[in-house]
Amino acid sequence: MTIKLFTLLLQAAISTLGISLISIAIGFVIAIILSAATLSHKSIYVVPARLFISFFRGVPLLVQLLLIYTLLPVIGINVPSIVAAIVGMSLCTAAYQAENLRGGFESVPRGLIEAAEVTGLSPRQTFFRIRVPIALRLTFPALINEAIMILKSSSLVSVVGIIEITKMAQDLASSTYLPIPIFASAALIYLVINSIVALIGRFAERSLGGAST
Amino acid sequence: MSLPAIAITKLVKRFGDSTVLQDIDLEIPEGKVSCLIGPSGSGKSTLLRCLAFLEEPTSGMITINGEALGFFEAPNGKRERLPPAQIRAVRAKTGMVFQQFNLWPHMTALGNVSEALKTVHKLPKGEAEARALAQLRKVGLENRANHYPSQLSGGQQQRVAIARALALEPKIMLFDEPTSALDPELTGEVLNVMRDLAAEGMTMVVVTHEIGFAATVAHQISFLDHGRLLFSGPPSEIFAKPRHPRLDQFLDTYLDRGASMLA
Repeated sequence: MTIKLFTLLLQAAISTLGISLISIAIGFVIAIILSAATLSHKSIYVVPARLFISFFRGVPLLVQLLLIYTLLPVIGINVPSIVAAIVGMSLCTAAYQAENLRGGFESVPRGLIEAAEVTGLSPRQTFFRIRVPIALRLTFPALINEAIMILKSSSLVSVVGIIEITKMAQDLASSTYLPIPIFASAALIYLVINSIVALIGRFAERSLGGAST
Repeated sequence: MSLPAIAITKLVKRFGDSTVLQDIDLEIPEGKVSCLIGPSGSGKSTLLRCLAFLEEPTSGMITINGEALGFFEAPNGKRERLPPAQIRAVRAKTGMVFQQFNLWPHMTALGNVSEALKTVHKLPKGEAEARALAQLRKVGLENRANHYPSQLSGGQQQRVAIARALALEPKIMLFDEPTSALDPELTGEVLNVMRDLAAEGMTMVVVTHEIGFAATVAHQISFLDHGRLLFSGPPSEIFAKPRHPRLDQFLDTYLDRGASMLA
């Protein structure tokens, strides 16, 4: 196990991190829209959002990635594999994040919304100034959990031809015949990344500590 | 006689099949304190929530300083919903304080009080916070401005909630059982703030179980039972005998409870 091999793994970690973080961010935006739709009580919004969520929660990410990668060219959209990977991961995490957020939104006490109403906030101001911040604080631990799950699931994007940590480790292991130190290093890199994410989460949660109840 | 602060005419509120308020007629005079009392489920909180337009009346009309709230009902019974801007303008005349305080947990005391000044009234941050701080000073919590609700006692939270409502300069303050969620030793500080407000001539409508407060501060006490207004008058009349048997029974329960606490 040389420095050079470890450097190659670290380079691959950049694609793991990049794809995961971009997917989490895009997924979060979609999740806000999805959760707002599921809470709208209007079936034209609720039904498509529920269908979306059931599909992306109910089908393995691996199958989703393969479907997106093979389906898009058939309907005439040629996308680089990195786009297919980000699309697949974003849609999948959006479904999970949406369910977390919905739970958060539903847990915002009715009285806090009434307090906004009687002080004259518009429904839109109430949503962005009161409901979203409180729902986010309530769902923060679950969202950090989801970020870690997505970072680990990103090993699956190798099936659409992305070289990330796991794929790089497999390639290096088969060409160097040093599987144990290489896979151990890969594990270490995942562990370090996810520990940092968890630490950031803890820190952020504590800095919101005054707002916990 | 001057225009009443609030006039309620033939107000009916139903939830599905159950009638919560039946033909309520009540005038609340300006600059006075009006207490709504009655047993649980009598409809007093629903009546107050109708005044804040948190509940929409099924029929009947409420006017605030002579302006219709939410709906306009013609004498022939024809009823129309007023445009949203008009509803907002009339609602802005009232401020509301809730039993559960309902402070926003992600904002400091100062943030809670200045929020609507910033977002609704579009005041610059500095000005909004200066006005908010002045309101916190008024309820004796200037030194808690940067505390989050979870760092405040129940009594302090309720005082912040009162400051939040006052910051918007309402003509009328509505209180929905403001001390019912408080430990007995914390009710005093909230009632004192309310007494000061009453002394300044604020029009107040207070749903309360604090019969002592009602007896000493209120100019008008209204007794509700099973959705009906059974009695409304000055405290001297409500505590004088003979009185309505249902009111008698209700007040006796309170006196019994007071006596058992002393025993």
